[in-house]
Amino acid sequence: MDILKQLDEIQAAGLGALEAVADEESLAAWRSAHLGRKSGVMAAFDGMKDLGKEERPQVGKRANEVKGALEAALEKKQAALKQAALAASLSSEHLDVSLPGRARPLGRLHPANQTLRRIYAIFAEMGFQVYRSREVESDDYNFTFLNIPAHHPARDMWDTFHTDREGVILRTHTSPGQIHAMREYCPENIRVILPGMVYRYEQVTTRSEMQFNQVEGLAVGPNITFGDLKGTLTDFARRMFNPDVRTRFRASHFPFTEPSAEMDVECFVCMGEGCSVCKGTGWLEILGSGMVHPTVLRHGGYDPEKVSGFAFGMGPERITMLLHRITDIRHFWRNDVRFLEQF
Amino acid sequence: MKAPLSWIKDYVSLDGIEIEELAHKLTMAGLEIEEITFVGLPLPPGEKHDFIVKGIAWDREKIVVAEILEVGPHPNADRLTLCRVNDGEREHTVLTGAPNLFPYKGQGPLNPPLKVAYAKEGTTLYDGHAEGWQLMTLKKAVIRGVESYSMVCSEKELGISEEHEGIMLLPEDAPTGMPLADTMGDAVLDIAITPNIARNANILGVAREIAALFERELKQPSYDFKAEDGPVAGQFAIKIENPELNPRFVGGLIRDIEIRPSPEWVQRRLRLAGQRPINNIVDVTNYVMLDIGQPLHAFDYDELVRRAGGKPPTLITRTAKKGEKLTTLDGETHELQDFTVLVCDTKGSHSIAGIMGGADTEVTEKTTNVLLEGANWNFINIRKTLGYLKMNSEASYRFSRGVHPAMAPRGVGRGLELMRQWAGGAVCEGLVDGYPLPYEDPTTELTPEDVRRWLGIDLKPKEIAAIMARLGFKTSVKGKVVSAAAPDHRVDISSDPVIGKADLLEEIARIYGYDNIPETRLADVLPPQRDNAELEFEERVRDLLVRQGLQEVVTYRLTSPEREAKRLPPGVQPDPKPYITVKNPITPDRFAMRKSMLASMLEILERNARLRERLAFFEIGFVYHESEAGPLPDEKPRLVIAITGRRELPAWQGGGDGLLDYYDLKGIVEGLLGGLHLTGVRYEPSQHPSFHPGKQARLLAGERQVGTIGELHPAVHGQHDLGPAPVLVGTFALDALMEAAPPRHEVQEVPAFPPVLEDLAFIVDENVPAGQVQALIEQTGGATLAGVRLFDVYRGEQLGAGKKSLAYALTYQAADRTLTDDEVAKLRKKIVGRLERELGAVLRA
Repeated sequence: MDILKQLDEIQAAGLGALEAVADEESLAAWRSAHLGRKSGVMAAFDGMKDLGKEERPQVGKRANEVKGALEAALEKKQAALKQAALAASLSSEHLDVSLPGRARPLGRLHPANQTLRRIYAIFAEMGFQVYRSREVESDDYNFTFLNIPAHHPARDMWDTFHTDREGVILRTHTSPGQIHAMREYCPENIRVILPGMVYRYEQVTTRSEMQFNQVEGLAVGPNITFGDLKGTLTDFARRMFNPDVRTRFRASHFPFTEPSAEMDVECFVCMGEGCSVCKGTGWLEILGSGMVHPTVLRHGGYDPEKVSGFAFGMGPERITMLLHRITDIRHFWRNDVRFLEQF
Repeated sequence: MKAPLSWIKDYVSLDGIEIEELAHKLTMAGLEIEEITFVGLPLPPGEKHDFIVKGIAWDREKIVVAEILEVGPHPNADRLTLCRVNDGEREHTVLTGAPNLFPYKGQGPLNPPLKVAYAKEGTTLYDGHAEGWQLMTLKKAVIRGVESYSMVCSEKELGISEEHEGIMLLPEDAPTGMPLADTMGDAVLDIAITPNIARNANILGVAREIAALFERELKQPSYDFKAEDGPVAGQFAIKIENPELNPRFVGGLIRDIEIRPSPEWVQRRLRLAGQRPINNIVDVTNYVMLDIGQPLHAFDYDELVRRAGGKPPTLITRTAKKGEKLTTLDGETHELQDFTVLVCDTKGSHSIAGIMGGADTEVTEKTTNVLLEGANWNFINIRKTLGYLKMNSEASYRFSRGVHPAMAPRGVGRGLELMRQWAGGAVCEGLVDGYPLPYEDPTTELTPEDVRRWLGIDLKPKEIAAIMARLGFKTSVKGKVVSAAAPDHRVDISSDPVIGKADLLEEIARIYGYDNIPETRLADVLPPQRDNAELEFEERVRDLLVRQGLQEVVTYRLTSPEREAKRLPPGVQPDPKPYITVKNPITPDRFAMRKSMLASMLEILERNARLRERLAFFEIGFVYHESEAGPLPDEKPRLVIAITGRRELPAWQGGGDGLLDYYDLKGIVEGLLGGLHLTGVRYEPSQHPSFHPGKQARLLAGERQVGTIGELHPAVHGQHDLGPAPVLVGTFALDALMEAAPPRHEVQEVPAFPPVLEDLAFIVDENVPAGQVQALIEQTGGATLAGVRLFDVYRGEQLGAGKKSLAYALTYQAADRTLTDDEVAKLRKKIVGRLERELGAVLRA
C-alpha cells in the first residue's frame, strides 16, 4: 500500500512545512502547494480512478483525513497569524495622545444673552413672562408716568440721552415697560419681566457704560405684599447664584416704588467673609426693588386701593461680571474674540 | 453727608451701641453708610465690615492729653522750640516747630499751661509733612543736637483735618494724662442720602433716625435766643412778590458782633463734617445748616442801610427779568431766566435765592451788625434754576430737595444765639417773619389691613401708631384707624390719602425692619400665560446659528452717519431719511441710532481682523428708522451674519487653506432656513450696493424679500481695516423671516423600502443656473424622486468652451414598494428628455 504511505508522507510534509510559515503571504503559498490543485493530496484523489475496487475506499478515506488535517492546521495557523498580527499592531501602533485635537468651529451666545436666558428661565418657572417694549421712548413713559415729574429731584438719578425730538429720549431703564404692560393687560393680574437695552448719559469706563441691558420685573394683583417681593427675589437669587445664598433687603429709594429696597446677596466669591469683589462687606448689590408706587399703578389703570404689586430691576452684565470676575464692563460691546471665546 | 459721632451725640445718646450695629441699622433703614473715617476711636475688629474703614485709632496708652508748662528756645535752631511737657506721669522735653507756640517762647512758665495732644515714642500717626495721608511711627531721633522721642500733635497728624500749620490746642479743662481717644476720639459716618430722605441731610435728621431705630429719646435742639437789644420790628422789612416760589422769609438782627475765628471745637466739627471754617459769622450759617438742615444767609446790615439811603432796608424777593444779570460771591456773572427768584433790596438784586449770595452785601472783616436770613423756597423752582445755571452749593442741595418752612425761624433763632455766643454782640428782640403761604402738614389714615395688604405683616393699631410716633408723627387711634399727622420738619408725605398711605407704609417697613418681614411666595392667581413670539423666534435663530459655529456679538446701537456711510462704496448716497440723534452725545462718534446692522458688524470684524484666521459672527438687534406715525421711531429687528477667513480652522495636520466664500455663507443660511422649516426660499441675483455686483443674491419667500447675502463689495472692503480674505455677509429682516416661517411642519414617513440610488451628469451651457437644472429635475421626478443633490461641477476641454457639467446624485424611492429597474429607467428617461428639450442639456456618458 504505497499510496497510503505516500499520504502519510504528504501529511507529514504539509504539517512540517506549515511550521515554518510566519506570514499571510507564505501561508497562501503553502496553501496552494499543499491543498491546491497540484498538491499531493489532490493528486492522490486524482489517482484514485486507477485503483482497484478494494483499495479505493481505504485510500479515499485516508486522503480525506489528510486533507481534513491539513485544512484544520491551516485554519489554526490562520487564526494564530491573525492573533499575532493584532498583537503586533497593538504593541507597535500608538498615538501621541498629547497632540491637540482638530478644532471644530464652536458657536456661542454673547455672554450678556447667556445671562439673560438664565434669568428668563428662572422667572418663567415662577410664571413671569417676557414683555418687551421700545428703546426710544417718550419722556412720559420713561419718567412722568413712573412718578418722576419734570424737575423732580429724582430725575437726577438718571443721566439721560435726549434726542433731537421734543419729549423723546433713549430710555434710561426698562421701567417704561411697566406702564406699557399694565395698560395692555389691565385689569388682569400681571407677572412679567421686561428685558432690554437701556441708555445712560455716562462716561464709558471700566465700571460704567452708556448702553447696557436691564431686566425689570413686575407683579400686580390683589394680594401682593412686600413679603412676596422678598420671597420671590430670594428664590431667584438662590437659583441664580447658589442654593444656600443669603439675601438681605435694605431700604432705598426709587420714585416708582414705595417702600423701595436694594437686594444684596452674600458674596459668592468669598462666601461672605469679605474680599475685594465685595469691598470687604461680604455683600454684593444685585438689584433694586419695591412695592409699585400708587401713582404708577394709577397711570397703568389700576386702583391702588384694590391692587398692589412689586417691581424690581437688575443688570445682566453686572451679574455676569460678578459671576465671572470680569473687571471691565467695556468688554461686552467691544466683542473681542479673546473675551467672547471664554464663555 | 459726613456726620461725626460726637456731633450726633448732641441729640441722641449712643451709649452701648457698637459702631458696627449703628452702621448696619442705618444702612438697612435706607441711610447707607458707605464709609466710616475713624478719628481716634478704636477701629472695629476683623476684616469684614458693612462699610469701608478709613482713618486711624489713637493708642490709648501712647496718645494722651498733656500740658505745655513752658516754651523755650532750641539752642541750635531759631525756628524750633523746646517745650516742657507734663503728660500726667512725668515731664518731657518736646521739640516742635509749631508756629502757634512762638508767641509763648521765652515767657517762662505758662499759667495756665497749654493743653495739647501728646504722642509718645512708638505711636503710629499720620505724617504731617507728607503729601496726602502717610502713616509713620514715632522713633527716637536727634534733631539739631537735641534728642527727640515724642511730639505734640497737629490736627493732620491725628487725622482730624488737613491742618498742620500749628499744633492742636485743647480746651483748658481737658484732663491731663487722659487718653486723647477718651476725650475727643471720634468717627465720621459718610451717609448716602437718597432724595426721599433729604430731611436727614443734617445731624439732627440722622440723630432722629437713630433715636427711632434704637428707640431712644431725641434731644431737641434749642431754637431760642437771648435778646439783649431792642425789638427788630421796624429795623428792616420783608416783601415777598411770589409766595408760590418763596413761601416764607424770616430775618433777625444782631448788633456789635466781632468777626473772628470760631472756637476751636467749632472749627474742628466743621472740618470733620467736610466744611472749611471761615469766620465766626459765616461758620454759624454753615453750622446751623449742617446741624438742623436750614440754610442761612448773613447780610452786612449796615451795607443794606447804606444802600437804602440810611433808612431801614426792605428785602424784596422777586423773579428775575428775562436776561437780567447778577454776579455771585464766586465772581461769576449769570444771565437769568424769568422764573428764577432773586433776593433784592430797593437798590437792586444781591443773591440768587437759595443758591448763592452776591458780593455787595456779604459779611466782611469790618461787619459789626448782621441781618440773618432764613428763607424757604419752592424746591422745583430751585431745581429748574440750578439746571440752567449749572451751579451747586450746600444750600441749594438742600433747598432743591425740599426744606420745611417751619425750619426757617428755627434756623434763624439758633443762628442768632450761636452768633451771640461765638461773636459777642446783642440780638434784637423778635424776628421779622414773612409767611404768606403756610404749609399744611398732612394727616394720613392707616389701618392694620393696609399694612397687611401692602407689607404682609400683622400690626395692631397701637403698634402702627407707636412706630409713627418714633418718627415724630402725631398719632391718634380710633378703632382700627390710625391717624398720623406729619411732623413739621418733613415735606415728603403726600396729601393724597392713598399716596400718603404708601408714604407711611414705607416708614413702617423701615422702622419695623425689612429683615423682620417674612419671605413669602406669590399666592395671587396666575395671570393668563402668553407667548412672546418675537423673542422665541429670535432665540430659535440664535440657536440655529450657534449650532453652525457662529459667535454671537452685541454692539452699540449708537453710531454716526459717517461710520454707517462706510458700508457703501464711495459715491453711493445713503438713504437720505434723517437719523434719530441724541442732543447730548457722550462721544462725538456715537450720537445717532443706527439704521444698519452691517455697519455695526463691520466695526466688530475690523476689531478682530488680526486676532483670528477665521471669523464667523452674527448679531440680532434693532435698527431705528423715522416713523410716519409719530415722533417715536420704528424699531425693527434685524439679523446680520458675517464670515471671513479660512474655511477650516488651522491645525497641525491637514486643515485646508481654502477661504470661506459665498457658498459657505449660503450653506449657513440654508441651515438656518432649514432649521426654521422655511422651504421654497429663492435666491435671485440682486443689486445691493454693499455687495459685489456678481456675488450676491436676494432671498425671496414668496414675493417678499427676507434678506440679502453676498460678498462684501471690494470698495467697501477697502474702506475698512480688514484682512485680505473676502468677507461674506448676510442681512435679514427678522420680522419678515418670522412671518414667512411656518408655525409648524409635517414630518415625512421614514421609508420602509430600499431606495434606488443613481448618479446623472448633464452638460449644459455655462449661463444656465444650477438652480434651474435642479428645479427641473425635481419637478419632473415628482414624488418618486426623493432626493437630488448636486455633487460636482466640472468644466474642461473635452466639454467644449462655454459648457459645464453638473453631476447629481438622485434617490428614487416609493413609499409602498421596492421600485423595479423598469420604473426607475422610465423616470430617468423622462428627466433626461425634459432637460434635453428645455435646457439643451446632454446626458454625460
